[in-house]
Amino acid sequence: MKRLSSLILALLAIATAHADEVQVAVAANFTAPAKEIAAEFTRQTGHKAVLSFGSTGKLYAQISNGAPFEVFLAANDNTPAKLEKEGKAVTGTRFTYAVGTLILWSANPGLVDAKGDILKSGNFKHLAIANPKTAPYGAAAIEMLTGLKLLAAVQPKFVQGESIAQAFQFASTGNAELSFVALSQVFKDGKLTSGSGWIVPGELHEPILQDAVVLAKGKDNPAAAAFSAYLKTPRAHAIITSFGYALR
Amino acid sequence: MDGINAQFTLDWPGFTLDVDLALPGRGVTALFGHSGSGKTTLLRCLAGLERPSHGRLEFKGKIWQDKDTWLPTHQRPIGYVFQEASLFAHLNVLGNLNFGLKRSTTAQRVGLEQAIELLGIGHLLERKPDTLSGGERQRVGIARTLAVGPEILLMDEPLAALDLKRKQEILPYLERLHDELAIPIIYVSHSPDEVARLADHIVAMDGGRVVAHGPLGETLARLDLPIRLGEDAGVVLDATVGEVDNEWHLARVDFAGGGLWTRDRGLPTGKRVRVRVLARDVSLAVHHPEPSSIQNVLDGTVESLAGDDHPGLLLVRVQVGASQLVARLTRRSAAQLGIAPGLPVSVQIKSVALME
Amino acid sequence: MLTDTDLQAIWLTIRLAGIATLILLVLGPPIAWLLARSRSWWKGPLGAVVALPLVLPPSVLGFYLLLAMGPNGPVGQLTTALGIGTLPFTFWGLVVASVFYSLPFMVQPLQNAFESIGERPLEVAATLRASPFDTFFSVVLPLARPGFITAGILTFAHTVGEFGVVLMIGGNIPGVTRVASVQIYDHVEEMAYADAHRLAAVMLTFSFLVLLAMYTRRPKPARGD
Repeated sequence: MKRLSSLILALLAIATAHADEVQVAVAANFTAPAKEIAAEFTRQTGHKAVLSFGSTGKLYAQISNGAPFEVFLAANDNTPAKLEKEGKAVTGTRFTYAVGTLILWSANPGLVDAKGDILKSGNFKHLAIANPKTAPYGAAAIEMLTGLKLLAAVQPKFVQGESIAQAFQFASTGNAELSFVALSQVFKDGKLTSGSGWIVPGELHEPILQDAVVLAKGKDNPAAAAFSAYLKTPRAHAIITSFGYALR
Repeated sequence: MDGINAQFTLDWPGFTLDVDLALPGRGVTALFGHSGSGKTTLLRCLAGLERPSHGRLEFKGKIWQDKDTWLPTHQRPIGYVFQEASLFAHLNVLGNLNFGLKRSTTAQRVGLEQAIELLGIGHLLERKPDTLSGGERQRVGIARTLAVGPEILLMDEPLAALDLKRKQEILPYLERLHDELAIPIIYVSHSPDEVARLADHIVAMDGGRVVAHGPLGETLARLDLPIRLGEDAGVVLDATVGEVDNEWHLARVDFAGGGLWTRDRGLPTGKRVRVRVLARDVSLAVHHPEPSSIQNVLDGTVESLAGDDHPGLLLVRVQVGASQLVARLTRRSAAQLGIAPGLPVSVQIKSVALME
Repeated sequence: MLTDTDLQAIWLTIRLAGIATLILLVLGPPIAWLLARSRSWWKGPLGAVVALPLVLPPSVLGFYLLLAMGPNGPVGQLTTALGIGTLPFTFWGLVVASVFYSLPFMVQPLQNAFESIGERPLEVAATLRASPFDTFFSVVLPLARPGFITAGILTFAHTVGEFGVVLMIGGNIPGVTRVASVQIYDHVEEMAYADAHRLAAVMLTFSFLVLLAMYTRRPKPARGD
């Protein structure tokens, strides 16, 4: 009996130790920097950030249906705005934590030229792209291709990933020769980690604004506010830019 | 050259079959023994359903199996009747009958029509197997086997799965097979009654070995038969209906040794029958007995004596004319009467079983 | 009610499931027969391999298929050498994946059906002059008919319900690899919940009717007697 009650007490202690923990939903493209930032955050504040990754659309569906996330790092700016309008995010906590950079990337080191002319040559079979209806990087790629009047020519070669992560997977396994992915997925400390790529100039599409927001469930959690604030620190900024993101 | 020569050695965990047999190429041969004696295994070896580690099988001059030869079951000109009819559930009776017929290349000694007539199943042809009684199913199974036109018929206790009533339903059909088919039948049974009714030859098996074999009458009259038959000990005699007494409703059947009166079953005189005389129904007297209720008294000579299952009992073989009968006596009465080989005796027979 | 792209996805799904089922109706019986009849040591390993898709996450199967069928994978190099090109992002790539994915749903009901037939009808057929090959077609297949119906329905329905593997190797190409389950996923991702509901209701109804048909079918035991 005594052992059982002490076990129950221990379990209660775990359940209530939530106070300095924050549940963060992170858009797939920001996976790598978010992990580094969370580690730094814990080291400096003592709070713990628990990260969940997914496409922005899926995370939105989960948040709308009661997922226990307290902070949301989206891949766009309209989903956090929508959540705020629906009362599922705390008003006034929304801000742009990173500006995404689009890259035409291939796992093959010699394939993509410095100007992206391979798109015009048509010398490839498959072009992986994130679902443009749900993924901002996919939408930006479509916008760019439309502007360059290349869309009609390359669209038949699209293979669509459900997220930017899957578009990268298609390309990294070599099944698609080319892909539009986030620079952050193939970039670290100022250079490509592998393959070849053409960084799409920012003026060819609307900026990919990635907004963060504190969600309704995190309203009274000091760790949620702390994590949101930590994203604006110079240390966090350094991590974000090292992955090829720009800042606002 | 028209017989069957079979040598099989088969080693299974806990069971060994070791036989070397010459079987006659005609008539019914009963493989007889208790369960586990190896009779069904021997039958399956003959059919090629088991492949013994060492074996040689010659059927009417053709090699079915030896060191270099193996004729698979479907190429052997056999017919096989299983314990349960094992009809194909997806086919109706006619479909079952046609299954083997369509595939057979051997001579049609018994055509389909004849098989249907012989087993009396003409009214069942459109039925599905699951609508038939057990007896009907087994009759269809037998007809299906006959329709193949087999050169030898192998039957694995075809009556064992049936109750007494169904057995009585099928036995007459089997007796007709015996009488009307010119092909050898190997018949596995553990029922002395079935053996007595059907068999011409008997192969007695025990522990995977053949312990006795020979013509039925002789073999059953052997007192040293290693298989104890107990209450079923006795002999089978071939006989003919010699006289019918209509006043007393009795018939006399004559065998090589005399005549026996039995109930009249309406059989015509001259009809060949089998008579089974159980040892327990036979008693012996040293002097010609006084008139008694026992109708059948024959003169004979004691031929030999042997112990029976029970230490108080003896089996005595008596020569009656050209035939032999077996009587069961207590040792005490045998001693009191001074029963010994060569002693003339009166043989009293209480009852006989008449089999067509 | 359903949009053209929904109907396209449904039609594609039916074609995929139908073709995969037909292929498995050819491949499944020999494997099931081996598993039901063999007493060899490799019966265990073969059975385990066939059952793997039952327990593996579809993502594992999809991942390995993506690697194997890709330009650097063994299958991909073979198909390229044969002039077929690589299979991911193609309809036939999905067919190959579905054949793997649904294999146990074809093999296991057939194996059960074959096992329940038992030894006796095969022996009877042999004594009635039927060769083993003949017996398989004239006795085993008819007696296993209920097993074939079950296996066919389960395989078709399971392929219709395939999602993870398709997502991994399909590339979501309309009319080629965008099957109904992926279309629903897209609708949800796009927050078009009304569209998702319509298609999901169709899938739900279909699955229920299939299972209803299976569970209410008059059971007819395959007996050899």
